[in-house]
Amino acid sequence: MIGELRHWSGAGALVCFLAAASLAGEISTDERRSDYEFMSPGLQRMQDDDSVNPGMLSVLDGKTLWQRKEGTENKACADCHGDATTSMKSVAARYPMIDPKLSRPVDLEGRINACRITHQGAAPLAFESKALLALTVYVAHQSKGFSVDIPDDATTMQFINAGRMVFVQRQGQLNLSCAECHDDNWGRKLAGATIPQGHPNGYPVYRLEWQSLGSVQRRLRNCLFGMRAEPYTYGAPEMTTLELFLAWRGRGLMIEAPAVRP
Amino acid sequence: MATLINVPAKVKRGEVIEIKTLISHPMESGYRVGTNGKVIPRDIIRRFVCTYNGEEIFHAELSPAIAANPFIAFFTVATETGSIEFKWTGDNGFAASERASITVE
Repeated sequence: MIGELRHWSGAGALVCFLAAASLAGEISTDERRSDYEFMSPGLQRMQDDDSVNPGMLSVLDGKTLWQRKEGTENKACADCHGDATTSMKSVAARYPMIDPKLSRPVDLEGRINACRITHQGAAPLAFESKALLALTVYVAHQSKGFSVDIPDDATTMQFINAGRMVFVQRQGQLNLSCAECHDDNWGRKLAGATIPQGHPNGYPVYRLEWQSLGSVQRRLRNCLFGMRAEPYTYGAPEMTTLELFLAWRGRGLMIEAPAVRP
Repeated sequence: MATLINVPAKVKRGEVIEIKTLISHPMESGYRVGTNGKVIPRDIIRRFVCTYNGEEIFHAELSPAIAANPFIAFFTVATETGSIEFKWTGDNGFAASERASITVE
């Protein structure tokens, strides 16, 4: 028993040590910049103009889906939540959030699918499907201009710290961690591209390379692939905790959904 | 099919105006190979036409090299009050149209 306790306190000390070590490279509040600021002026204009931003096409699709009755309950999102422009205002700024029933972080996509199952009696939408992205971006768009605001209560912090461990963990054949690029080398070049700080405040984003809208998880899998690491599957616990950590890391930045990224 | 059109609602006669159009379309080139090893058949918009009170003012031929969700912007002179119509046609019988009204003072 005593041995076990010792073991646990040892592990605790190790966690504290690692957390402290990772804090050294963390971006300070005044240096925190949205990935938007690393883009060319042309791309910034593309994002800013709602009649040019291709992500707005999905917002329009999402608006239609919000009204569509679904599942065995034959209910639309609007039947419970009403007008999204008021009911969903600032909501995305608080996501991912800890679901009190599940006791784990849930992102916007996860919340939409949970809602479909429990309240609409419908099948969950597939990750990266047009419909799920459209609904997510429609909800996220209602928070455009609101600052990312993740609470720092004990439960949330526990998951944020777990997400930080994923962020600083070296992995893959290149033996890189997220932190090495996005904490230590942001603003510098990786081939022709500027390394951004890696904040998730614009998601779902319209990525020109994809020629479509995509979620944070798709982007994370993309990064992991580039690191020659095995990407986490969609919806994996590491994914949502990392998403939560990233949101917290970029707290104070404004929601830009749908952002445009190269 | 979602479209986004930007035409200034009220302009002065003779003014040069910019018209911006965006349409959601996969613009599948016909050169890509799917996960099953087979070529994904081409599915693109072939032609875009814009008419101002029935008269054609702009058209474009689109090719497989054009990215998904094509954005087309062009200029015209505001001559009279009326409607501006947009038509996209393409592979697999694709057809979409949109209309915007303009007031010229």
